[in-house]
Amino acid sequence: MTGRDDWWYDEAAGPLVRPYAMVRGRTRPNAPDLHLVTQVRASSFASDQTSLTVEHREIMALCARPLSVAEVAAYLDVPLVVVKVLLSDLIERGDVLVQTSTPKIPDRDLLQAVLDGVRGI
Amino acid sequence: MVFVGSDGQLTVPTAVKIVIAGGFGTGKTTMVASVSEIPPLRTEELLTEAGVHVDDLAGIEGKDTTTVALDFGRITINTKVVLYLFGTPGQNRFWFMWDELATGAIGAVVLVDTRRLDSSFPSIDFFEHRGIPFIVAVNCFDGSQMYTVDEVRHALDLDEQIPVMLCDARDRASSKAVLVGLIQHSMNRLAAV
Ligand SMILES: Nc1nc2c(ncn2[C@@H]2O[C@H](COP(=O)(O)OP(=O)(O)OP(=O)(O)O)[C@@H](O)[C@H]2O)c(=O)[nH]1
Ligand SMILES: [Mg+2]
Repeated sequence: MTGRDDWWYDEAAGPLVRPYAMVRGRTRPNAPDLHLVTQVRASSFASDQTSLTVEHREIMALCARPLSVAEVAAYLDVPLVVVKVLLSDLIERGDVLVQTSTPKIPDRDLLQAVLDGVRGI
Repeated sequence: MVFVGSDGQLTVPTAVKIVIAGGFGTGKTTMVASVSEIPPLRTEELLTEAGVHVDDLAGIEGKDTTTVALDFGRITINTKVVLYLFGTPGQNRFWFMWDELATGAIGAVVLVDTRRLDSSFPSIDFFEHRGIPFIVAVNCFDGSQMYTVDEVRHALDLDEQIPVMLCDARDRASSKAVLVGLIQHSMNRLAAV
């Protein structure tokens, strides 16, 4: 990823301020629950992206494949709470698809699949 | 990989998670790194100075905040399932983070360093009280196996049903065996209810 150092930096206010400025004062009234492992991915029918900020577009690029909210935050290098606001914007636009269910304890078939998968690594 | 649902829309895989817990410096991050398919990632949660979870950025700018970092790794099981491994934050006071990590988890591995057994007591208490399946993995630093599995079980006052394993968190095969042990334990627990 390029430009990460640049966008962390804000001439007037110094580092770390920009991510907060990006989402200043905004809440997520209608947003779905976003947990650490909630899977998100860019829609194949994404709308025109010219009006999006650099950070939103960076998320769209990352989410070309499905990722967890935690991964998006880590790759973008912003706190979780910030990435949740940005993701909510994109979900509201229909540009990002989200798995809506809250994490629930896996059933037997799912556990068996995970067991087989882990044995295979 | 393409994910297309029955309606022709793109879909997302099901995510599951395992928590790697234990006291300070017991090898949590090392274990995540040894089995993860990607170098461990780090993400930060925002807290107020009082340790309260910041879930809303409105008005946050005037307040002093601190962060708590989470390390995690990933194992892609197949095109439909992805497993995440989360190391708990070193500081035990961030219990709200533990709650988020434990919700819906397959279970937890509690790593133990026999030189400082007591540092893993809070983790064990946490998972016991919430009824979350867990196993204890004794990380044998420098091959030092100071106690037998039975001695550790006794010292930690563990139930007979809780598996205790010896491991080397740096070793992929060893860490993998621990994960397999936990998943089997969770399956047994599921079968028992
Ligand atoms: N010799 C030996 N060293 C280990 C082993 N596991 C971890 N270490 C080392 O012990 C130190 C602590 O390991 P970490 O994986 O960072 O432990 P942690 O539980 O994530 O630590 P915190 O997050 O700070 O609580 C590191 O220097 C590791 O290299 C082991 O099995 N054997
Ligand atoms: Mg660590």
